[in-house]
Amino acid sequence: MSVALKSLLNHDHTHRQALVMGQVVPAEGRCVQCGICSFYCPISIDVRRHAWLGEPIAESHCLTCGECVARCPRGVLRFERTDLFPVPPEAA
Amino acid sequence: MTIRYVIIGSSIAGVAAAEAIRQVDHAGEITLISDDPHGYYSRPGLAYLLTGEISQAQLFPLREAEWRALGLRRVMGEVARLEPDAHQVILADDRGLPYDRLLLATGSTAARLKAPGSDLPQVVMLDSLADARRILDLARRARAAVVVGGGITALEIVEGLRVHCRRVHYLLRGDRYWSNVLDEAESRLVLARLAAEGVQIHPRAEVAEITAQRGRVAGVTTTAGERIPCDLVAVAIGVLPRADLARAAGLRVERGVLVDEFLRASAADIYAAGDAAQVYDPRTGKALLDTLWNIARGQGAVAGHNMAGGSQRYAKPMPLNVTRLAGVTTTIIGRVGHGPDADVIGIARGDSETWRLLDDALVVEDATEVNRLRLLVGQKTLVGAVVMGDQRPSRPLQRLIGEGTDITPIRARLLAPHAPLAAILAETLDL
Repeated sequence: MSVALKSLLNHDHTHRQALVMGQVVPAEGRCVQCGICSFYCPISIDVRRHAWLGEPIAESHCLTCGECVARCPRGVLRFERTDLFPVPPEAA
Repeated sequence: MTIRYVIIGSSIAGVAAAEAIRQVDHAGEITLISDDPHGYYSRPGLAYLLTGEISQAQLFPLREAEWRALGLRRVMGEVARLEPDAHQVILADDRGLPYDRLLLATGSTAARLKAPGSDLPQVVMLDSLADARRILDLARRARAAVVVGGGITALEIVEGLRVHCRRVHYLLRGDRYWSNVLDEAESRLVLARLAAEGVQIHPRAEVAEITAQRGRVAGVTTTAGERIPCDLVAVAIGVLPRADLARAAGLRVERGVLVDEFLRASAADIYAAGDAAQVYDPRTGKALLDTLWNIARGQGAVAGHNMAGGSQRYAKPMPLNVTRLAGVTTTIIGRVGHGPDADVIGIARGDSETWRLLDDALVVEDATEVNRLRLLVGQKTLVGAVVMGDQRPSRPLQRLIGEGTDITPIRARLLAPHAPLAAILAETLDL
């Protein structure tokens, strides 16, 4: 297998692992609905709406790229482990 | 019987109330009256529109489908007066709107500068999206701008103007910025950052007059006689709750519309929420103003619930704001300061009167060059905190202060000389 393909698969594996292990969760009482999170979401998830409803971004399309978490000027969003699956030893 | 709900004001308190009503009353007739042509948008988000971080379209949280799901009648227009006895609202075009329950969610409006020249067209304030657009429009053509005032809004304007204007002057009446919320070191940090960004800071400077040439702003003259040439003057000296309708209708009004714990005003079937409401707080025994988005949302939700037949007491959460001050992310929670601030009349936007109710707490601080942490330590609890820079302690402190957690196990360590506060918190709270 070529190095490029290995690296691609590895990236895909890491992404899947992140998806399984964690999700973006909004904190209560911080969001002011400015919309920066939705603006910077590369796949146009309405992150702001999730924050309004106080719901995690549990969309299967979410890339868990962290753009919304990093861009939010008020620290509303963060990654949280879902604890649905045991943590693989290499990620612990 | 179909209940007729009228909500005056289409910002966060009004929208939160409409949502809460709709959750329990699917048939009620809800009318939302707005005198802002842009309706409901994120007012705090205007700061990011000024800096160019987001586009205008992004400021509107609700899509058409979500509006439709709420099933409201949206009326654009001004309210001329309230008639509490007749249970109706009279619009500026003389139309009468009868109500069974009325919510005053009228917000607040920027206080005006009194100096001569303050009514020139290039003297601006930041109340609304229209104001933000006007500031942007003027800033793109301005060579120099002067900002007067304090609190968060003054800095939002300074930072927005800095992106578009070559020269930005910031005038402070005293020596330091936001003296009744920030301590001296925090104020100094903010002003030093602004100066490093190229903002010209003018301490102990008060506007005597805004001068004009051919009907346009040409400069500001201070009481000390200094003349600062500029094309634009932005004023952020505080906000006033919009309580005129209530006052004229004979409702009890102090600084804002006085409401009880159920957010009921002094006339039957009238409620108030958000910046316009002065809300009784059983914790302090005082009726207080808050101009915070999340407090307004919470009040709107409780008012809406009660308008629809509920009997929920409003329990104010510990007021919190997370904002950027000269590029430094800053969390302010609980009681952190006291007294007046020379640059703000009463209350600013994104502000809370609770923040200035600090009495006998001990102050401990921990700082590196870029991060600062100040804790206000009470007998058994933390009563307030200011977190600048690294925000890792921000959320745990929100919980600790908001829930009034007993800090006895770590209190002595926090109060020890040169205590590494961030490390103690990190260790205790598992950060």
